[in-house]
Amino acid sequence: MAERVLMKGNEAIAEAAIRAGCRHYFGYPITPQTEIAAYMAKKLPKVGGIFLQAESEIASINMVYGAAATGTRVMTSSSSPGISLKSEGLSYIAGSDVPALVVNVQRGGPGLGGIQPSQSDYFQATKGGGHGDYRMIVLAPASVQEMASLTMKGFDLADKYNMISMILADGTIGQMMEPITFEDAEVATYEKPWALTGTEGKRKHNIVNSLYLKPDELEAKNFERFEKYAIVEENEPMWEEYMMEDAEICVVAFGIASRVAKNAVVAARAEGIKAGLIRPITLWPFPKKALAAAAEKVNGFVSVELSMGQMIEDVRLASGCKKPVALCNRAGGMIPSPDEVLESLRKAQKGEY
Amino acid sequence: MAVVFQKPKSLADVPLHYCPGCPHGIIHRLVAEALDELGIEGKAIGVAPVGCAVMAYDYFTCDMIEAPHGRAPAVATGIKRCRPENIVFTYQGDGDLASIGMAETVHSAARNENITVIFVNNAIYGMTGGQMAPTSLPGQVTQTSPYGRDVNHCGWPIRVCEMLATLEGPEYVTRVAVNNVKNVKNAKKAIKKAFQNQIEGKGFSLVEVVSACPTNWGMTPQKALEWVESDMLPYYPIGVYKDRSAAKEEK
Amino acid sequence: MKTTQILIAGFGGQGVLFAGKFLAYKGLMEDLQVSWLPSYGPEMRGGTANCSVVLSETPVGSPIISNPDVLIAMNLPSLQKYVDAVVPGGQIYLDSALIDVKVERTDVEVFYIPATQMAKDEGIATLANMILIGSVLQNNPELSFEGTDTVVSKLVPPKKAALVELNMKALNMGKEYK
Repeated sequence: MAERVLMKGNEAIAEAAIRAGCRHYFGYPITPQTEIAAYMAKKLPKVGGIFLQAESEIASINMVYGAAATGTRVMTSSSSPGISLKSEGLSYIAGSDVPALVVNVQRGGPGLGGIQPSQSDYFQATKGGGHGDYRMIVLAPASVQEMASLTMKGFDLADKYNMISMILADGTIGQMMEPITFEDAEVATYEKPWALTGTEGKRKHNIVNSLYLKPDELEAKNFERFEKYAIVEENEPMWEEYMMEDAEICVVAFGIASRVAKNAVVAARAEGIKAGLIRPITLWPFPKKALAAAAEKVNGFVSVELSMGQMIEDVRLASGCKKPVALCNRAGGMIPSPDEVLESLRKAQKGEY
Repeated sequence: MAVVFQKPKSLADVPLHYCPGCPHGIIHRLVAEALDELGIEGKAIGVAPVGCAVMAYDYFTCDMIEAPHGRAPAVATGIKRCRPENIVFTYQGDGDLASIGMAETVHSAARNENITVIFVNNAIYGMTGGQMAPTSLPGQVTQTSPYGRDVNHCGWPIRVCEMLATLEGPEYVTRVAVNNVKNVKNAKKAIKKAFQNQIEGKGFSLVEVVSACPTNWGMTPQKALEWVESDMLPYYPIGVYKDRSAAKEEK
Repeated sequence: MKTTQILIAGFGGQGVLFAGKFLAYKGLMEDLQVSWLPSYGPEMRGGTANCSVVLSETPVGSPIISNPDVLIAMNLPSLQKYVDAVVPGGQIYLDSALIDVKVERTDVEVFYIPATQMAKDEGIATLANMILIGSVLQNNPELSFEGTDTVVSKLVPPKKAALVELNMKALNMGKEYK
């Protein structure tokens, strides 16, 4: 068995990316994710890769765009304000259907906000962020091990669907150390006939582009892209269920919030409150079926979030508004304690949502 | 029948969308001729800008990508760093390169990215219908400087070559024009050299091409070319602003 | 062992994060589930720093500690901030060379160790943190002194190999302090 090592979440992302065959990283420093860049700066040159610190987040995402267009496995990472800057590029990459991995180790906002952990970029990640109709596959790790495994998964999904995969982490998971094991995994490769490699005079030129001045063409392109998204929604939702078999109250939480929520579920059970947890691992596609099934049997939901309540809207939609949904949240870099979550479970037990 | 004139291989046989009298067609042709003559069309990857040349990806027969406004040098950097064996060039206007994309321009030059930048300076935003550009001349009337560019209000036009030449980074920075036959010939030489530099791994080469925009300047094509000579070139003098390899040889 | 939550707090530069790393690696070597969570940001550069370590036989839930079983306080503000959060029956280790007050709570076990002074006297001024850790290992039935040398060797970079011995010395001073 592979060795257990202690690693920071941010470093685990970087190491996993290298193991997934990523040899190109373009980024710009921002707390609390800079360890990813530092790790890449140290390791990539030693494995024949390229680490380049760009002049801005805007430049770095466009370097990613160029690199991705050549069919090369590539990534960038940033934190909330930096992702806002990258959003233009994300829209172009999505509109050109090229694959890339983008990491957002979230911090509190809006504006310059703070540097403590947050989940307040949920809307930005799952609903678009940049302009136009597009989706990204959004993966939400809840442990250092998952920072690694979902990074590898993210690269694969990006290549499989020619989409952006975003790792939506937060400052806690990025900064914490936990034991992690890297299993040797086979890295799948995909044909990329659209890639810019030079025609060598042997084929018609490839064009990577998101401009369609004829509205009927642009519409057709959008419909085509959303057919692909429908397949992703059908095949790729991931989630974890914890103590849901006989649950009467369903806590929904992802990332660091799910860790706190798990403690609260255990404490609630000790008080005789039948609580369970659904942890979305993919935020887009959102695990709608799991929520819909839960809505049939539980009395209500509690959405635990490090934001003013963003995922709660998807919980309501996915559960068809059949059962009440309460919000247990902290914002601005604060994290709810297990006691705070437990208190909202006690209320839910009394029917107070 | 002997063929005495034909399109370069690197230029697609499609109608260009440019306005009558627009020198973009000439500049496209010069780039395509350079690719042909150097035998690099099959290796070339071009980056189109946002601006009048936005659809350049349909005109060059090499692989092409369309960049966000101003970001062409960053996109080119990403491509070149992944595929150093390819020849990567950007084709950008003044708004794209010297306004919104100035950071990308300066930093790719500072890094001496081994790419070729074709910078078309016609002192106006063409695609959006004739607004003030970072290179619009003092007093120049545009849609957004209807009383003439007032430098006290909106600053001075930027001389890109002179500015980039102050950097240690870039290999080759030169300004040419396409307002008469002699200048077109010299422009061709400069563009070819800028690609040759990349082939030889010398680094960042930028050719600023002083051009005209008859439509948005509100002039006939002939008058516009005269205005290049009388008004543009005095502010933007033709010349080689930096040529590291030539400077070394002289020493 | 039951899940043990350890909170280490002090000024930046006192080795708070390193002390936490030591405990985390020790847990790792004993095949425990471990989490190590630092405070981060500007306070790392000389302000207050703290670090949460959870050691457990079962997967660690939240890595954020609201109520530590063990508090290691290396300065007065840290003690004041966290003293009431310690679980009843928990332990507080404090550097009595820097903290000139007594803990008023009677439902916790308090260890007063003049670690900074002890370290200075032995010419290892930067290792007060490890003296405190030595005492934690000695006085906490959930932990042990076994294998500490391996952990220290793993944590000290090869270029600074001389520090292994000094770290061990500090740990032993803490162990033997009564």
